[in-house]
Amino acid sequence: MSKSYTPGLKILKNTKILKERRLPLKGDINCKVGDKVGNSTIVASTFIPGNIHMVNVINQLNIDAQSIKDYLTVKIDDLVKKDDIIAENKGMFGFFKTQVKSPIEGKVSNISSTTGQIMISEPDIPIEIDAYIDGEIIEIIDNEGIVLKSNGSLIQGIIGVGGEKNGELIFLEDNPNEYEGKIVVIKESINKSQYDTYSGKGAIGIVAGGFDYQSLSDILGYRLGVAITGTESIPTTLMVTEGFGDVQMSDKTYRILKDHSGKKASINGATQIRAGVIRPEVIITLPNQSDIHQDFNEDDLIIKENSKVRVIRDPYFGKIGIVKGLPSEPVKIDSETKARVAEIEFENNERKLVPRANLEIILE
Amino acid sequence: MININDIKTILATDCGSTTTKAILIEKIEDHFMLTYRGEAPTTVEEPFEDVTRGVLNSIIEIEELSGRKILNKDKITTPSNNDEGVDVYISTSSAGGGLQMMVAGVVKSMTAESAQRAALGAGSIVMDVLASNDKRLFHEKVKRIRDLRPDMILLSGGVDGGTISHVVKLAEVLEAANPKPRLGLDFKIPVIYAGNNKASDEINSKLKGITDLEIVDNIRPKLEQENLEPSRNKIHDLFMEHVMAQAPGYQKLMSWTDAPIMPTPGAVGEIIKKIAEKNNISVVGVDIGGATTDVFSVFKGIFNRTVSANLGMSYSICNVLAESGYDYIARWLPFEIDQEDLTNRIANKMIRPTTIPQSMEELIVEQSLAREALRLSFIQHKQFAVSLKGVQQKRTISDAFEQTSSGKTLVDMLELDLIVGSGGVLSHAPRRHQAFLMMVDSFSPLGITQIAVDSIFMMPQLGVLSSIHPEAALEVFDRDCLVRLGTSINPIIKNKSGEFELFSYAFSYNNKDYNGVIKSNDLELLEIPYEPIDLRLTPKSNVDLGSGFGQEINKTVYGGEVGILFDGRINNIKGQSISQDKNKIKEYYNKTKVYSL
Repeated sequence: MSKSYTPGLKILKNTKILKERRLPLKGDINCKVGDKVGNSTIVASTFIPGNIHMVNVINQLNIDAQSIKDYLTVKIDDLVKKDDIIAENKGMFGFFKTQVKSPIEGKVSNISSTTGQIMISEPDIPIEIDAYIDGEIIEIIDNEGIVLKSNGSLIQGIIGVGGEKNGELIFLEDNPNEYEGKIVVIKESINKSQYDTYSGKGAIGIVAGGFDYQSLSDILGYRLGVAITGTESIPTTLMVTEGFGDVQMSDKTYRILKDHSGKKASINGATQIRAGVIRPEVIITLPNQSDIHQDFNEDDLIIKENSKVRVIRDPYFGKIGIVKGLPSEPVKIDSETKARVAEIEFENNERKLVPRANLEIILE
Repeated sequence: MININDIKTILATDCGSTTTKAILIEKIEDHFMLTYRGEAPTTVEEPFEDVTRGVLNSIIEIEELSGRKILNKDKITTPSNNDEGVDVYISTSSAGGGLQMMVAGVVKSMTAESAQRAALGAGSIVMDVLASNDKRLFHEKVKRIRDLRPDMILLSGGVDGGTISHVVKLAEVLEAANPKPRLGLDFKIPVIYAGNNKASDEINSKLKGITDLEIVDNIRPKLEQENLEPSRNKIHDLFMEHVMAQAPGYQKLMSWTDAPIMPTPGAVGEIIKKIAEKNNISVVGVDIGGATTDVFSVFKGIFNRTVSANLGMSYSICNVLAESGYDYIARWLPFEIDQEDLTNRIANKMIRPTTIPQSMEELIVEQSLAREALRLSFIQHKQFAVSLKGVQQKRTISDAFEQTSSGKTLVDMLELDLIVGSGGVLSHAPRRHQAFLMMVDSFSPLGITQIAVDSIFMMPQLGVLSSIHPEAALEVFDRDCLVRLGTSINPIIKNKSGEFELFSYAFSYNNKDYNGVIKSNDLELLEIPYEPIDLRLTPKSNVDLGSGFGQEINKTVYGGEVGILFDGRINNIKGQSISQDKNKIKEYYNKTKVYSL
């Protein structure tokens, strides 16, 4: 039988969490398998090459490129300070020399006798990768990174902005007094003014049910054209759990988060909805939790009779129901499209046909 | 693979960024025909991260519909054994973001543009074009390469035997950037050098150690000669060896196929070229996908392809909104809609790209967005498909340019004979009339233009099939793929104010005479099937239908599944509909049977 998979976000109360932490370039690994690390432990580090400056020696000395070697006062890999002489001509009787000076402090990384240029690199820029969540190192990826394992709750959102942060989970419904360094959970949909309010009070993360697209554009300063995010330099990472518009966070998501009120959590807004989907996430690690539920398997993602589903597109966007029937033949829906549908009984006992493509399975 | 004459069943898949589509072609009574089609979500992403799962699911759908057993324990049975298995299995792919390249050339409008044409013709997305004269500083270019992390780089520059310093300088940019591939840190990034042959040794010494360097014939051996084929072939080879091999599950998929996996746009381009070649006509083809929109054209035998990397119907749908703006989308809607509501709906499609419109209102919104995505993509195509400056090229049908005046667009709307649409929003439109009008509205044809659509979005599969069995590909293309929708007749008007008569038409069909007058801001659709019609068009003195202002035209035209459209809607100078009247828009849709409103 053909399988009808639905897109599904991971909303898992107790699960095994594996995190790969990779450097952008090869470098050093600062830990070993079996090490217990905290979220801020630096697990790997490297250097990315500094900016490059080109010095056109042949123009300044009015010489041929091939003869550049005869005029150099430095060689490849030499360290130079700003205004150090890197090439000069002999002048007349030792006077009236034309000298070429280094525009920056750095290293001579290349001398080209074809183009007559000297390349000077700024000092390399150190890059460090932290563990992001508490856990145990289970694998070293040679010179590239590590994999760490932890137990805990994993909540994926549908879209987010902003990078990795760590902070205590607080809930707006509890009327908290202190927002500084915290992650605020709001069940409802919010807009830019609410985002600004909590961000202004020092919150490092916000998790909300919905958001509106215009507000997102206002926060970013541009319209988000393609959902590839995570590198925005905003003080408060945002994760939206359901979507755009006036939509509430699902009860299950909210309940799991609420169970961890006051605990330390990791949030990351990075989203990429193409070429290897990345969804934003909140992770609450529970190192001592042993009652790990089995992670969902592939079959859980197949729509079956009695599956609990949520509609993810108008006209029933956000509604939750139970699958009561799966007609095998395609059905002509209101848009006159022929689509494979499911008969859904909503919470008010109303039954409607909804395209299977517009359903999201709710993993219990 | 079995002998070509013994092939009776062909299975072809196209792994798109959203959906994997499978088709089964069978030889029945000496004719190849499409018999079944299946589709399933593409599975390159978590939790599956294996493209073959989606492929298998799409094949299972074919098995269910056809009753033919094709799989044996998650493996395709080839060759066929009576009623089991298939003789040939082939595939195209654009999943995982397709092939993403950077190209570099010495002069932006010359070698860099040639490199861009070669990369686009091979089916890649060109992320950036570096040139010695692009006004960016050395370190800015270095940073750009490091940030973008392309799958592959094509470096060109200089004519054979000419000055080498400029192209070596570009190689020094690459050397300083020391680029890393997007996938797999253990691999060196493939760099193709297709520049001045005198510089090959220098290029080799600079790039051999840090990249996987391949040297091919110069893309511009002489100023007046463009030679894209060697670069394009090398791109295809490296796409298979490096990019595909890194994507999840592709090693397995590559071991299943009987021909190399082709990038989807490359395969569609093959088919578009064959249509133009076979019928000796000018063609514009479009493939609108979830992430990108590809436009192909053949004018005077010259092929061009552009890809609008961030104009699509799902992943990049918000970019259509960002680039066109609310007003441009809303102008196609026959109802008022709150701006916030519209933008949230569009944004929700971006984050849940596999959903489909359930209500009529949702469908109309989606098709309005498609009009804008197509319009913007076609503008980009017209800007790129230009002639070279005073240069005569060596030409193959696919990539040569002939000498015309400098930098002039090759896209001549009056010369255009046929527009072919492909991609989910066009091929799967519930009514063919919708696909027809979407293409007319977005391409703004002039004069007399035929419109066709890929019946079920199978041009990619037929494109790759044409590389191993052209006869089967063309037979299925004519019989099952190309749906002739009809002809659109669009006037050029000098005076655009007020209401006035534009042209009259007269023809006979089935012993019945058809006569009418088209006024400004009016249109008429006549349901005439795909048969030759001797049509007489008599334009007013300020109206041109292709033969000059006020010049009568007598021409054989064809109807189709939709018919013949006489379109008197007046466009403004930018070629855009200026009607703000929702009732008028509703009337247009009702008269053309696009929607029943």
